[in-house]
Amino acid sequence: MKMAAVRQREGFGAGWYAIFAAVTLSAALICVCLGSVRVPIGDTVQIVWRAICGEEQSNTYSAIILRVRIPRVICTALIGAMLSVSGAAMQGLLKNPLADGSTLGVSSGASLGAVAALAFGIVVPGVSFAGVTALSMISAFLSLIVILALAYKLDYSLATNTIILIGVIFSMFVSSIISLVVTFAGDRVRQIMFWTMGSLSGKGYTEVLVLAGAFVALGAVILLHARELNAFAVGEENARGVGVNVRRVKLIIMVSVSAMIGICVSVSGTIGFVGLVTPHMTRMFTGPNHRKLLPASMFAGAVFLLLADLVSRTVLSPLELPAGVVTSFIGSIVFVLIFWRTRRGG
Amino acid sequence: MMLELENLTVAYGALTIVDGISFTLPDGEWLMIAGPNGAGKSTIIGAISQNVKYTGSVRLDGEDAARMKPAKLARKLGVLTQNHWVSYSFSVEEVVRLGRYSHSRGLFGGAGNGDNDAVERALELTGMTALRSQSVLTLSGGELQRAFLAQLIAQDPELMLLDEPTNHLDLVYQKQTFSLVRDWIAQTGRSVVSVVHDLSLARAFGTRTLLLEHGHAVEYGETKKVLSRENLRRVYSLDVVEYMRGMFEQWNDSTLDV
Repeated sequence: MKMAAVRQREGFGAGWYAIFAAVTLSAALICVCLGSVRVPIGDTVQIVWRAICGEEQSNTYSAIILRVRIPRVICTALIGAMLSVSGAAMQGLLKNPLADGSTLGVSSGASLGAVAALAFGIVVPGVSFAGVTALSMISAFLSLIVILALAYKLDYSLATNTIILIGVIFSMFVSSIISLVVTFAGDRVRQIMFWTMGSLSGKGYTEVLVLAGAFVALGAVILLHARELNAFAVGEENARGVGVNVRRVKLIIMVSVSAMIGICVSVSGTIGFVGLVTPHMTRMFTGPNHRKLLPASMFAGAVFLLLADLVSRTVLSPLELPAGVVTSFIGSIVFVLIFWRTRRGG
Repeated sequence: MMLELENLTVAYGALTIVDGISFTLPDGEWLMIAGPNGAGKSTIIGAISQNVKYTGSVRLDGEDAARMKPAKLARKLGVLTQNHWVSYSFSVEEVVRLGRYSHSRGLFGGAGNGDNDAVERALELTGMTALRSQSVLTLSGGELQRAFLAQLIAQDPELMLLDEPTNHLDLVYQKQTFSLVRDWIAQTGRSVVSVVHDLSLARAFGTRTLLLEHGHAVEYGETKKVLSRENLRRVYSLDVVEYMRGMFEQWNDSTLDV
């Protein structure tokens, strides 16, 4: 049975990527069309085409599509792709299917920076979200340094179990500080609470540019380390044995992942389960080889978050749920199913 | 390749695990590290492979191993441990192919003809060709150990370090593994260092032996000379030769000849 599964995924190649790309584009198109106002698909395609050709458009549909939905959909897809590839990379690096940015403690660290910026009204003039982004990234990096320094002190080899244990303890510590910060947040408590649940509304092209830049640069760094991640996924000792520079690769991947998560958290708040669940689902098609898993995880993460966001803004329309609530709800169910299936040897 | 250890010492705080070990191992030899539990056998393997902090020096062809980059070190020496815990369903071939990591060139590390040949040869030598597409999660303990031995052969190191390679393996796999390593030495002219508990295997396959007691070297040299009755009695506090002969007597039973 498993042998057949291995043979099946050996055939995972260009055709599959084409299917993944088509599914992602279709999901994105559906998300652009649907919402509190439904825009027919033909009109949507026409509006986008005219915009690409540089034609002026002034109707309501074009305003909704071009100013609201497209930037939101691109941001959602990029955040989904980055959270997912971050999770896949961490699961390989730590040889632990339950690892992702939140297990490492970086998500919590990023959240602390963002919450502090929101609570104390720290802004950068001209760019509305820059204060949150800057503090979120700084906080994510500082968290990483604290986590790694502690892990290094306790265990010179930066063993995975030590890092995960410290990550969990660090997350608990940070959540207590966040609660403290919220206590002093006064009338901003509601905004912070909504943000911590994860929101993808109100994103513009500035956010698109920031996310796209991070996705291209950091995504490339992670993809270029696919072979090293394979070696780590077999075992850190094995990776060292075959000649991987274990400490250097670990630092590169951890810094890239924390930067990605820091940027994502600053734009959308904490969106859970994307980095944990989508690599699991993707691995069923690609197998554990990171050369296939990493790019496929990007597509899968984008589709998962696009659909979760679509549900969040349509299920109780015109009310909008935070996307993090939907991803956690769907993700936890899917995760239990995957876990159950794995335990049964399926 | 010449392996030279000079005054190798490993200590955890006040506790000294390995104390001032020195020896030189030329090409084409199979060195057995023997001694009772806690004598420091695996720690020496860990220090040679740079996985354990030590003082003193480990030199490979005169070059300090501690200063080598990981990829160069992997081309010089490869390690096979006794336990393999795998989490993901990599195929046997994918695991074996990782052995070629230190030989790859360029950013993307694509497989060259040399890599493909080395992988094929390693699969064939270890009898894993038929299982090449199988998930490592479905392999038995012996098959998994052979898959990692194939990875080590594909890695093509100048020195193999085997840390109790046949522990937990049944007699058939034990015989296969030891014969395979002996063939590898004969074909390549390279050397192997292995930790063994089974003194019969050490006598049968080892050309040299390092006998340890509480981290100290009792004797280093030709296997038959080092594993002498006197040395073994001293280290194990038991007449090992008498004990082994007694065990062998169990098989001198005429009912077994039917």
